[in-house]
Amino acid sequence: MIELSEAEIEAIHHEMSLYEDPGAATIEALKVVQEHRGWVSDEAMAAAAKVVGVTPTQMEAVATFYNLIFRQPVGRHVIMLCDSISCYLTGYEEVRDHLKSSLGIDFGQTTEDGRFTLLPICCLGDCDKGPSMRVGETYHSHLTPERVDEILAEYE
Amino acid sequence: MATITIDGKEFDVDDTENLLAVALSKGFDLPYFCWHPELHSVGACRQCAVKSYRNDEDDKGMLVMACMTPCSDGGRFEIDDEEAAEMRRQVIEWLMTNHPHDCPVCEEGGECHLQDMTLMAGHTQRRYRGPKRTHKNQDLGPFINHEMNRCIACYRCVRYYRDYADGDDLRALGSHNNVYFGRESDGAFDNEFSGNLVEVCPTGVFTDKTLGAHYNRKWDMQNAPGICNHCSLGCNTSPGSRQGVLKRIQNRYHGEINHYFLCDRGRFGAGFVNRDDRPRQPLVRNADGVLEPREMDVMRDTMEEVFAQANGVVGVGSPRASLEDNFALRHLVGADNFTNGMAPADSAASVAARDAIAANADRLATLREVESCDAVLILGEDVTQTAPRLALSLRQSRRNKHLEHAAANKIPKWHARAVRDIGQYNNSPIFSATTSATRLDDIVMTPQRLRPAAIAELGFAVAHALDNTAPKVEQLDADTQALVDAIAETLKGAKKPLIVAGTSLGDPAILKAAANATKALAAANEATRLFVTLAEANSLGMAMMEERDIDHALTAVEDGSADTLVVMQNCLYERAPKARVDAVIKKAKNVVVLDHSMTRTVGEATHVLPSGSFAESDGTLVNNEGRAQRFFQLFIPDAPMQEGWRWAADLAEVAGNKPEWLGMDDLIKTIVADCPQFAGIEDAAPSQSFRKFGMRFPRSPHRFSGRTAMYANVDVRERRPEVDPDSPLAYSMEGYYGEQQPPSTIAYAWSPGWDSNQAAITRFQDEVGGHLKGGDPGIRLFAAPGAAAEFWAAEVTAVDGWQAVPVYHIFGSESQSARAPAIAERMPKPEYRVNAEAAKALGVTAGDSFELAVNGETHAFPLAIDPSLPDRTIGVPVGMHGVCGLRLPVEVKP
Amino acid sequence: MEETKVLTQRIRPDRSPVWIDDYMDLGGYEALKTALADYGPTEVGPLIKEAGLRGRGGAGFPTGVKWSFMPRFEDRPDERPAHVYLVVNADEMEPGTFKDRLIMEGDPHQLIEGMIIASYAIGADTAYVFLRGEYTECRRRLQQAIDEAHEKGFLGENILDSGFSLNLHLHMSAGRYICGEESALLSALEGRRAVPRHKPPFPAASGLFGQPTTVNNVETICNVPHIVKNGAEWYKSLGLNKDGGTKLFGASGHVAKPGLAEFPLGVKLGDVLEHFGGIRNGRKLKGLLPGGGSTPFLTPDHLDTPMDYDGVGAVGSRLGTATMIVFDDQTPIVGVLKNLEHFYAQESCGWCTPCRDGLPWVEKMLVNLEAGKGQPGDIELLDLHVKLLGPGKTFCAHAPGAMGPLEAGLKYYRDELSALIPDDASNLSRTQAANANPL
Ligand SMILES: Cc1cc2nc3c(=O)[nH]c(=O)nc-3n(C[C@H](O)[C@H](O)[C@H](O)COP(=O)(O)O)c2cc1C
Ligand code: SF4
Ligand code: FES
Repeated sequence: MIELSEAEIEAIHHEMSLYEDPGAATIEALKVVQEHRGWVSDEAMAAAAKVVGVTPTQMEAVATFYNLIFRQPVGRHVIMLCDSISCYLTGYEEVRDHLKSSLGIDFGQTTEDGRFTLLPICCLGDCDKGPSMRVGETYHSHLTPERVDEILAEYE
Repeated sequence: MATITIDGKEFDVDDTENLLAVALSKGFDLPYFCWHPELHSVGACRQCAVKSYRNDEDDKGMLVMACMTPCSDGGRFEIDDEEAAEMRRQVIEWLMTNHPHDCPVCEEGGECHLQDMTLMAGHTQRRYRGPKRTHKNQDLGPFINHEMNRCIACYRCVRYYRDYADGDDLRALGSHNNVYFGRESDGAFDNEFSGNLVEVCPTGVFTDKTLGAHYNRKWDMQNAPGICNHCSLGCNTSPGSRQGVLKRIQNRYHGEINHYFLCDRGRFGAGFVNRDDRPRQPLVRNADGVLEPREMDVMRDTMEEVFAQANGVVGVGSPRASLEDNFALRHLVGADNFTNGMAPADSAASVAARDAIAANADRLATLREVESCDAVLILGEDVTQTAPRLALSLRQSRRNKHLEHAAANKIPKWHARAVRDIGQYNNSPIFSATTSATRLDDIVMTPQRLRPAAIAELGFAVAHALDNTAPKVEQLDADTQALVDAIAETLKGAKKPLIVAGTSLGDPAILKAAANATKALAAANEATRLFVTLAEANSLGMAMMEERDIDHALTAVEDGSADTLVVMQNCLYERAPKARVDAVIKKAKNVVVLDHSMTRTVGEATHVLPSGSFAESDGTLVNNEGRAQRFFQLFIPDAPMQEGWRWAADLAEVAGNKPEWLGMDDLIKTIVADCPQFAGIEDAAPSQSFRKFGMRFPRSPHRFSGRTAMYANVDVRERRPEVDPDSPLAYSMEGYYGEQQPPSTIAYAWSPGWDSNQAAITRFQDEVGGHLKGGDPGIRLFAAPGAAAEFWAAEVTAVDGWQAVPVYHIFGSESQSARAPAIAERMPKPEYRVNAEAAKALGVTAGDSFELAVNGETHAFPLAIDPSLPDRTIGVPVGMHGVCGLRLPVEVKP
Repeated sequence: MEETKVLTQRIRPDRSPVWIDDYMDLGGYEALKTALADYGPTEVGPLIKEAGLRGRGGAGFPTGVKWSFMPRFEDRPDERPAHVYLVVNADEMEPGTFKDRLIMEGDPHQLIEGMIIASYAIGADTAYVFLRGEYTECRRRLQQAIDEAHEKGFLGENILDSGFSLNLHLHMSAGRYICGEESALLSALEGRRAVPRHKPPFPAASGLFGQPTTVNNVETICNVPHIVKNGAEWYKSLGLNKDGGTKLFGASGHVAKPGLAEFPLGVKLGDVLEHFGGIRNGRKLKGLLPGGGSTPFLTPDHLDTPMDYDGVGAVGSRLGTATMIVFDDQTPIVGVLKNLEHFYAQESCGWCTPCRDGLPWVEKMLVNLEAGKGQPGDIELLDLHVKLLGPGKTFCAHAPGAMGPLEAGLKYYRDELSALIPDDASNLSRTQAANANPL
């Protein structure tokens, strides 16, 4: 059984204080843990569940519902490539194929060097600039295979 | 009331109901999945589509889900509508896109709601061409098997387990068409009512692992109406067997007791019947001290000698044996030499319980009624462990607050999710005082942890606060007084308050306090209810039959007034300290034991007569509400074994005291004549000669197969079914099966188109989820209130020093179920418990082996810290792993 | 065509946020002062109703009417529940929709001011912004704006000495489109799985934590200060037809100049398209989704359609979020449909059968069609799904939303779809067909 860091616990307690039922912070607790650890391991989830006062199963029910909670280790940079309609119309498929082949991974996988995890994501709200993706928290728009190569090179 | 039209027929219906429930009650075949009579409506599966018309002019109508549609006056609905039928067909086709179609190897086959609904909805051709998704299964412990690929995502499991039973370790995981119903990792379900998943799940995801171990189809089982014998509540069960092997326990619907659900002890505790070590023929201890088998007729002669040489015979009855078995023993040994087989503390508490029950006969809550009570005070009982099914009902009682909120916002009571959402964390109040933390504490307001005497005092004080003519308790501290006032105030404000108490602490004062509180409360509120629990399946029956406890029998041997003990389905070591029992057995010339299990007493007996367990006998049990219920023999054992009462009659005959009664009916008549307190038990079930349309009632369903082949190794001709001399049931599929059958004789639930237990029963109910047509089985022996009872004096017997209190566990504390392999696997390790302060005072730390003498019986167990225990109080495990004979509470000197 | 800038009047070309000082210099928080000073708590709602503001989250329900469903406790204060809530739906995940992001990033105080007034109007004491998880920049900006508003006394206890108090919190979602459905959103805010709730009861009766709650879209709420400041008549006069006010319009896909612009409601579809430069690369319009992924297609025949709720409704579609997704004449319709249905299948919450199991089937059929693996009968099966995944048949509006474009696709482009089924498909045995399945 691992313990969460003080910073994590404090952040979770803060979120708990914002709702009339502290259990409502279940989702935030997962996000806090993920922010600090990159992903949510079984042990970290159990520890977070204890802080919030819910059972691990309850937390798992929530964690596995939402796609932005990672229950498996991810690379240093998570690439989320928009696969929704506007990006689809503006060249998503080409960008997708290029990303997959240049990284040598499929959706849901992480490069062997642990640098990138590639995930599909639905509409990023960047539709006027598609194709679009996020790497970490940064949006990259108007993607082309060439742009993708330049962008990936920026990440360690 | 409302008048609605379904398929052109007009019905007067309850307008607080939804259309699905009403349509099912009226006998329509309308398929459904997510709805359940106890879980109500959520509208998830979309299976129950019907056409609804706004008014007479409306000829288009629109599709609605029947389960989410109120029965408003003037409503016009069509089930028999092509568009609705198309929707229902399509819903099945969708559900089946990922279903593995593995019916041939699925344990649900033949009683599968999904199979039924597929046929009913008419999905016959598969058009989906994609691959099926698959899941990994989880190991869910010894009770339940998991096969997730069969899941149709109806959400019933989580709605039952989480929303109804308050279990926290089963959830819907994942999303879209990749939802998964399971735990966060492998492991046994934590909730005590997990077994109901087997019946709640409409397909083969959750199945009974104990059945799976020796599986056969529902239609191949011989069943009998059973009464659970693992606590005092008397839940109705339907045990199933084949060729003399008990296969499983299913729920048998009883509208006032268990209705659709059992606890896991009841469902998985019957495995003791199949144990190899059961005595299966008469045994006599030889000169070398070894038990040797004897033929039946030889045994008769042996027993004749025993009784001829006996110098005083005493009988030890049993609170886990039927009235018939006990009465027959009483006849054998004579009323004056008969004892009720209970430990003194248990007996005293049971007698007090009996008196409380008699004095409040018109206020006794049934389990079903418990669910409608809106404020509860529990005195002393750790109900989840001692009367588990009650805990499930109490969990429903707290939801009355949700229903209240819902009603205020015009949300119908069947709108399950909305009721929950608006109710949130506002519960109807439950107060509880127990010796340590309980598994109900999550819904209890400020749980109190007190010693038995203090619990009784609290009860007396509440009674006094409610009615100042009730005796007063001296010197309550200010905090306690404030609590007492708050409890009294809340109970007084409730529409239907409930007092719960029981015998598990062995303290009559607690029962008296509960009786006082009930009386005080009832003076102001007619609706006041009392619920009393006792230790075993027939504890109340025994308290009614005989007040003398086991001490009397042991003393008789000790003081030489008797040298022969006859023990009926009881283990002396469970009732008295080992040293004393050892000495008595040593001193007695003969110890004759009639039992079905290899108990410690059987191990020491001189003569053992294999008497039938519930599976091999008929009998009557009196449950905690004074309801006499009959259970019926499940199968005829392939062994020289017979009912306890038949043995006792045979013994009486060789002892020269031949009984006048012959069969079961006769015996029951004699009981009533001899013990008028049991008047009425003859009506608990029809007599042996009762027939419907000239027919008996079948134990097996019509599709029972292989009958001509089952014994082909012995004889290729079809065997003539055995004739039941004791009941109107048949050992075959022949006979009358249907709505006009007396409910007490319905061995299994089945009706055309509805093969699953929980759905098929609908056709036997006056309305879905209501009472059985013809009345719920059993006769309440205390129907008329006793003479207006006085308040009991507020007297308690307090212990000043260290006190040992019992700690019960649902799996292990009840001796019969503890012998079932599945239950044994879930039994906790025995340990002594004290709080940290006490551990310090004793100079021990958690995990240390700790030796303690209780009642003169010494055991060493690891010590565990339980912060909830009061000071100087030691929690002692009851029943588990050979720790028996400790009857508590008592003062100890650690 | 000229834009009519109301909601976007302060938004800078580079979208850098307007912080509180600039916001106040540009007339910000005047409306709040007016509302608190000149209107009683029950008087703002009728004003909004009078202005005819309709919800900008997609369904177009009149906002003032929705507010009027909230129980009032002014004359029975002891019955007041522990909390009354306003929740702003900032979950913007409808494919092709990017309008709320702009106004939250560019002018966060407009939303906050709107929320304070709206809370005052419905009697809420606590308000949440439910923000989609990927909008991390919005989060930073909104949080800073909330802190600024607190400092200035526009939030917290006794706002501007009016006796009215409000706590305002930001909740970051963890993904899933269904969170945008207002009742699923409430489940998500409660820390549960975002499974929608059946209505009735509506959130006004039993919402967040079972308490009275109103859910409104970001853009809806941003209209509120302008109405309070300029009056209902002014607001009504902005619209060209029945619906008052302006609307953010967007265009993405095959337009020459994709982006966002603000026009009066009732503007012609053709004019909007023209504003965004028409179809790029000189191609022709084949069709468009007028307001996000769940709105049925419009075709070149519909360019005269007035873009307001009734206007778009009259031609069989919905205004939705008014962010249109445009595709040119070289776009195979099957790909568009497959992409949309993949999204809806993926984003089903998994609660009700038709949506959970029907949508993946629809997606697979489209994948097969695209791959030349269609079978006779597939088009009819798609028709059947359109029919049985329609409104009222599923638990919430998610699946009916998914069926919007599919139904229109089957209507307008039926021949194109049918032609995808190979001529020899009926000769394939069922097993061959199954083996040929690319999935
Ligand atoms: C599947 C689904 C997704 C939705 N997503 C959003 C959304 O992302 N943002 C939004 O404002 N409304 C969304 N809505 C509409 C909301 O349910 C709700 O109608 C709206 O938030 C109400 O606000 P309004 O009245 O201000 O429009 C969605 C509805 C459905 C059925
Ligand atoms: S496991 Fe059974 S009960 Fe649970 S959702 Fe699946 S089919 Fe329904
Ligand atoms: S469709 Fe890709 S950002 Fe919207």
